[in-house]
Amino acid sequence: MTTTEAARTAPGPAADEGLARRLRALACTAPLHDLDSRKANLAGEYAVYGMAEVALAAIDLVTLHMDFDTGADRDQVLARLLPRVAAQAPEREWREHERVAKWVLESLINVGSVDRGFRAVYGTFGSDGSYIRRDYDFKLIEEVPGPDGGVYLRTTDEAVNVLVGALDTDVTSAQIAAEVKLEVLIRRGRLADAQLAAEQARYRTVQYSELLRRALEATRRNVRAVDWMETVPDLIAEALEHIADRYRHENAILTNIRKARDEAEDAEHKRRAAELVDIVKDCIRRHTQLQTRLLEAGPLFRAEQDRQAFAAPSSRSGLDLYGQLLAPVLPLPLEQASAVTTAFFRKGIGLRTPNAVRLTDLVDVLLTPPVEREHLGAELPEPDLISTPDDSRFSDEQLETALGLLDLPADAPRRLSGLLAEARRTDPDLPYLVALLAVHAASPGVGTAYRQGEERLLFAVDDGTRLDDEEFGGADLIVGSALLDAVGMAADRSEAS
Amino acid sequence: MIDDDYDAPSTGESAARPAAITAADVADASRLVSFSLQPKLLPARDTEYAELIRRYRDDPSFARLADAVATGLGLIVLEVSSRAGMAVAAAEDSVFAVRMGDYSRRAASESTDRFLHGLAHLAVAALAFPRPEDLADDGYLGRITVNGVDAFVRQACRRLEQQADLSGDNTDPSSDAPGLEAAWRVYARRSATGATKDARRLAGSTIGIVGKAVSFLVDSGFLQKTSDDSGGTYRTTARYQLQVRDMAGSAAMAELLALGVVPVSDGSATLLPPDESDDLVTDAGLPFHSV
Repeated sequence: MTTTEAARTAPGPAADEGLARRLRALACTAPLHDLDSRKANLAGEYAVYGMAEVALAAIDLVTLHMDFDTGADRDQVLARLLPRVAAQAPEREWREHERVAKWVLESLINVGSVDRGFRAVYGTFGSDGSYIRRDYDFKLIEEVPGPDGGVYLRTTDEAVNVLVGALDTDVTSAQIAAEVKLEVLIRRGRLADAQLAAEQARYRTVQYSELLRRALEATRRNVRAVDWMETVPDLIAEALEHIADRYRHENAILTNIRKARDEAEDAEHKRRAAELVDIVKDCIRRHTQLQTRLLEAGPLFRAEQDRQAFAAPSSRSGLDLYGQLLAPVLPLPLEQASAVTTAFFRKGIGLRTPNAVRLTDLVDVLLTPPVEREHLGAELPEPDLISTPDDSRFSDEQLETALGLLDLPADAPRRLSGLLAEARRTDPDLPYLVALLAVHAASPGVGTAYRQGEERLLFAVDDGTRLDDEEFGGADLIVGSALLDAVGMAADRSEAS
Repeated sequence: MIDDDYDAPSTGESAARPAAITAADVADASRLVSFSLQPKLLPARDTEYAELIRRYRDDPSFARLADAVATGLGLIVLEVSSRAGMAVAAAEDSVFAVRMGDYSRRAASESTDRFLHGLAHLAVAALAFPRPEDLADDGYLGRITVNGVDAFVRQACRRLEQQADLSGDNTDPSSDAPGLEAAWRVYARRSATGATKDARRLAGSTIGIVGKAVSFLVDSGFLQKTSDDSGGTYRTTARYQLQVRDMAGSAAMAELLALGVVPVSDGSATLLPPDESDDLVTDAGLPFHSV
């Protein structure tokens, strides 16, 4: 009797199901909390950074930058993460910011572990009342191969759910709810809340297209397994209807916000509305992308059907490696499956001839001088060079001195007159070179510096002051150096290419 | 039949006959076996090899001698032909056999890695010979890509995951008995790829594991690389077909039957055939479609 009473006090499997789901949801947030507790263990003083905040921002960035086919570019995500990290500790140097951003991203991937994922352990009661500990494995950001052979990042469903904070919700209805809310908010002129709702709507859109991407991918690989009589056509029709609906809706919202943007008098409201316009535009772009894919699905199915259904029947039969080996092995428990795959491995790998080394050979090999590398080709004839007379106007030393003079700190630009006077003190010829360089700097090579990823750039500005000098006339230019955002430029370049 | 006179070359009786076997014959037979140990070498590329192959096929006593040399070295002769050369496989305890520990150090100690490496080889073979008749047809050349093999296994795992979700049970594995975890979970859990410091493939990722399997098979003379697309595109050789058909497939099948799992087949393909026009399957270079 006591045993049954004890069993009754334990929750039944049905109650446990919900508990298990919540435990799993809770586990997904653990890596984020973990970041803030682990930052104390890092070498250096990192307490000032809000790691969970950076992590959520990173998940946002990856989610927004991954599109239908590939994931988000790692360098771009890092570059866009930097401003937030920098804002948390502006007095620290940018290398440290970069380190923090990288650490957070790698922790979200969990680079140290062999699976590159996370595991949480939780317990449930079985139907017989026994308590079982279970492993829940999940990933937040996963690395996927791109079409160009590179590695891209994608957020997993778990991460999107953690981010949006809506577990186990129907995507379609959640999106409708978010957009109705958005319209109401805009009518009431509460743009801050409207932006939040718009961003949430965009997450939903991404999540929705991710679901469809998977469904279509499976269809492409596998015609007979997918129900093309009812399920898939229904799904596509539903999705197309959904897109048409959203399209109307979002265009209406767009008109509304544009009006709000143009009529708003508060600068902050104007800026918010402008941002909102961008977000909604992005939503529309994503819908269009999704729609293109949906329209391709039908022809794809027919083509697959043609080539798969009308293949010539087989004349001979052999072992069906997939149907008789691979497919039955995958659902087996690891231990049993491993016995089968190991048997295949041992018989299927081929042979290797073992190396037999004689000590005398080894000594010979080790003492032989390395062979001249012949693949370098024939020796080139010594070119007959005539040295040209050096007729440069300025010597290398002069150029160096002039460049040293113009190597100004970013926060302290100088007048050309002062530079000329200083140059004149060292060398009477030098002012000409300094003036030449300064005039060049009036039209700095921004494009070249951008392409080459330079970190600083010399510039000169005319503020109307006349130059009062015995040798030169014109404007007394302000000469200074500008620091360039090399990382950001690199990210932009890779985006543009 | 001339060779009726000497039945077993190793017996003293035949050795006593001066015309039967000379030391030069033994040297030639051993030479043929030594060619067979260079799996990338084909008779078409080497006249001496081609000549020995011809002699093996025309001269039964020489053939028996070469077989005996191979057996003595712990080799199993699969086929001797001009297309495959002398295709041999290593017997279980042969010095030529490859052990899991030599192949991958992690696989020797970690049961999950041992499974993943074995599965990679099975999946490569399954995609290289998608239909039963492909394995039976001597003229068939299979094509695989590294990313395609990974995407294929991942999709099979995803389908099992969906089935598990549909049945509604809590399928998260028990922490106390890792050996009872379903095999597909191990594959699904492992990351597909990963960034490394030196831009090489992450060895522990599934694409890294498949890549290792494929490059090992290239060294075994089983695959030939055709391009770098989709993580590496490869085609099979006659030797690989023989090895899978005569050695690996049946060994794995026997193991599976011993576990009490009896897969039923009507001899028709469960994977659908590859397509001639490549533009249909643009992702991952995946030419096959499982049912």
